[in-house]
Amino acid sequence: MAEYLVDIKNERLSFFTPAGEVKALNDVSIHLKEGEVLGIVGESGSGKSVTAYSLMGLTAHPGKLLGGNLNFNGHQIENMTEKEMRKIRGNEISIIFQDPMTSLNPVYTVGNQIMEVIRLHTDKTKQEAKERAKELLELVGINEPEKRLKQYPHELSGGMRQRVMIAIALACEPKLLIADEPTTALDVTIQAQILELMMELKEKLGMAIIMITHDLGVVASMCERIAVMYAGKIIEYGTADDIFYHPKHQYTKGLIRSIPRLDTKEHERLIPIEGTPVDMLNPPKGCPFAPRCDEAMKICLREMPPVTEFGEVHYTQCWLNQKEEMEKGASHE
Amino acid sequence: MKENALSFQLKLKPEDFIPATEEEKQSQVIMRESVSFWKDGMRRLRKNKVAMVSLVVIILVMIFSFIVPMFYPYSYKEQIKGANNLGPMEYSAGEQERIDAGEKVFPHIFGTDKMGRDYAIRVMMGSRISLLVGLIATGIILIIGSIYGSVAAFFGGWVDLIMMRIVDIIYTIPDILLIVLLKFALDDPLTRLATVPGFSWINVVGSNLISIFLVFALLYWVGMARMVRSQILTLKESEYVTAARALGVGNGRIIKKHLLTNCIGTLIVTTTLQIPSSIFTESFLSFLGMGVAVPLPSLGSLASDAINGMGTYPHLLFIPAILISLIILSFNLFGDGLRDAFDPKLKN
Amino acid sequence: MFKYIVKRIVLGIVTIWAVATLTFFLMNMVPGGPFLSEKAISPQATAALEAKYGLDKPMSQRYFTYMTDALKGDFGDSLKQRGRTVTSIITSRFPVSARLGGSCVLVSMILGIPLGCIAALKRGKFADSLISVVATCGIAVPSFVICTVLMYFLGVKLAILPTIGLDSIKHYIMPVAALSFYPTAYIMRLMRSSMLDVLGQDYMRTARAKGLAGGVILFKHALRNAILPVITYVGPMLAYTITGSFVVEKIFVIPGLGGEFIKAINGRDYTMIMGTTIFLATLVIIMNVFVDIAYKIVDPRIKLK
Repeated sequence: MAEYLVDIKNERLSFFTPAGEVKALNDVSIHLKEGEVLGIVGESGSGKSVTAYSLMGLTAHPGKLLGGNLNFNGHQIENMTEKEMRKIRGNEISIIFQDPMTSLNPVYTVGNQIMEVIRLHTDKTKQEAKERAKELLELVGINEPEKRLKQYPHELSGGMRQRVMIAIALACEPKLLIADEPTTALDVTIQAQILELMMELKEKLGMAIIMITHDLGVVASMCERIAVMYAGKIIEYGTADDIFYHPKHQYTKGLIRSIPRLDTKEHERLIPIEGTPVDMLNPPKGCPFAPRCDEAMKICLREMPPVTEFGEVHYTQCWLNQKEEMEKGASHE
Repeated sequence: MKENALSFQLKLKPEDFIPATEEEKQSQVIMRESVSFWKDGMRRLRKNKVAMVSLVVIILVMIFSFIVPMFYPYSYKEQIKGANNLGPMEYSAGEQERIDAGEKVFPHIFGTDKMGRDYAIRVMMGSRISLLVGLIATGIILIIGSIYGSVAAFFGGWVDLIMMRIVDIIYTIPDILLIVLLKFALDDPLTRLATVPGFSWINVVGSNLISIFLVFALLYWVGMARMVRSQILTLKESEYVTAARALGVGNGRIIKKHLLTNCIGTLIVTTTLQIPSSIFTESFLSFLGMGVAVPLPSLGSLASDAINGMGTYPHLLFIPAILISLIILSFNLFGDGLRDAFDPKLKN
Repeated sequence: MFKYIVKRIVLGIVTIWAVATLTFFLMNMVPGGPFLSEKAISPQATAALEAKYGLDKPMSQRYFTYMTDALKGDFGDSLKQRGRTVTSIITSRFPVSARLGGSCVLVSMILGIPLGCIAALKRGKFADSLISVVATCGIAVPSFVICTVLMYFLGVKLAILPTIGLDSIKHYIMPVAALSFYPTAYIMRLMRSSMLDVLGQDYMRTARAKGLAGGVILFKHALRNAILPVITYVGPMLAYTITGSFVVEKIFVIPGLGGEFIKAINGRDYTMIMGTTIFLATLVIIMNVFVDIAYKIVDPRIKLK
């Protein structure tokens, strides 16, 4: 079982809202080796954050895990009590949130918030924790760490706060770092700095990273594996090369077509994906992407497509691929 | 392969792989009907049982205090001879004789007070006064408070500083002092004004009641003004106001079109919650003997009058006390319901 | 900080002056006077009394005399309680009201803050509904109703508690209960809504992601942020409650400052009215400064200016 650091199998999770059940995750499987970087890509509401939060046992009310196995570093997450979970959070798995402006508690100093997590998971003394906090601030590239420790979050810039969040996340040298759109709320120039920092730290500390984003550019530069999510399902999964150079699912193709590129010919327009995301309260019966898919077939509207495998890692859930494979198989015979 | 086995189980037919038409695709999309802010809020409000029950109670109390007295056989001033201090559903000796003689006498549902007045009609009139004070005073507070607050917030700088200082001063003066002084100060001019043709209605309403309105108008708008000010200060910074300004829209129009419409939700909620607070204050004033003038009753003065006889006639105290609590409670609960339904921050 | 306090003191003095001036002229312009209502006093005697207290002089002159005396700390003699200075009346009555009001503020905070937190944490559960219903009733029932109901059942029917005065601990129970009802309910509601607000904040999610235990999250991360609105409410409320509640003092016959004030207003005891008003205004302003400082301590984002 030690083959994977993270091994999520067939996870199903729903939010029971007053308006009805929202199937946020539907048969999601993800696995990740130590030191690997996985990118989860999808539009808002596709379930990418929910997957990551459930791994930390942070599923928000009224969400409920309905099935599946969540294995992390030998722990069966779905069977763990809140108390056992607390020992893992911030220690073996850490998370960086989207908005650094609101993710730090405004009424405590930066030092207090970093030292808090160090003292919680290690038996360092106050003085040692302070030394470690200083070290961490240096590690994430904050100058004058001594002074910064005494400052409050509102006295720091957005990029600086995100660095502090990273410092907090790395305080106990986690095996897995979840980055939930870590750069979305930042300026473009700062974005690049933060991503660079994360990659640098990954090299140094050797942790695995799950990168959640809707920005394909971010995953392209960072991730070894990429999962594309749509309406609570992983519709395509593969290496960065698979996804960017051999996309198989119509949605992934659409996503890649919609990235601005430098090598496009003059007057060539970007091609957007038409239509709106699925209403998760009333999902379509068949493939959730079918209503927006140019190539949709009758079967697409009726049945959820099965998995089509293209290699060791690369797979999709799409009837078109299924059809091609079947035709290929038929011609071979 | 395992996947293929699965697909064969589904018994795929060649026609399944025919491209789907646009209509077929669209039929799969079940769009939630897009609801406007107001519609959505109303839907949530209707679903809120507590708020709906409160609304029903409010309507019942309104009927009880505005419509029922018109058909009621007794008047709130009428002192029935020999009918002093009757218990609920009791008759005086005189009335008993008339009943014995075959006449029909309307029962004193809540009994009578020490002056022989039917208590049920007095309670109805009392809640009418309390509701009137609550509604009219709140109207006054709403108008003055929102105009004052929005002007202060909109112009900012010195205007804001001075206007808010005035609010602080009004806030600091003990309200009870202002109420009493204003009452005395207004008594004379109001009585004189009542003799002027066209103003004789003052006598009907009573100068005390008008004083109360004026006191509310002068004193209690400050809370509303502060609320509106802070709301507008936040809205003022928003991009669409800057955009409107950049397009050359005038100040008056910005206040009316952009600022007030955007804080209207909060305004409605605050107003609804101000009504019980006004009723509360009026009953408190009446209780201290500073409210409406005799013989006009208000729920507070009824309760106040009944305190001395509490040991012997507790119902005289409890009926108005319970009614006033009920009115305030239902307005509060309804206001809470409105807030839950219309406050965009609470939406989830 | 020092600059801020100086600024607040100056502003406070200006406000007190404005309040005093407004009260003085309003009070004097209203028809009637302190000696008109007394029976069996001849016009000559009234005139003599007015002359004695300087009421025969023009209003502006009296205003300046009063203000200069007040600046020196002399608030004059009571016009109605002959031979007593306003200061001595206030100092004898205020402690009674302050003890009552102080216990009421204490009770309402001790009950209101934890209950509000519980309601927020158990949102939508039974405990929340129960606390919310109690809180809504608490702000809906006027204090005189609570007073009289308590008095009727506990004082008259069951006769287990004394109904008049403030001589022993037992005497405090009913007035404090009646007086604390509204603020307790208000603090509960305030605490609940601000706690709910805080619980939804991103930094609470960060705290959970750190692996902190529920207690630490609640007491360290949530409470300090959620308590801010309560501070704003409690400051001025303290000022108003310790200066006495008219209703409670009237019903339970407690010799406090509130009743004294009403008596002074109704009897046009000018000096007494002025003295009490200035006293109350000063207290309110001091409390507001305390609130601002407390705010600054709790929330480092606040800049005092």
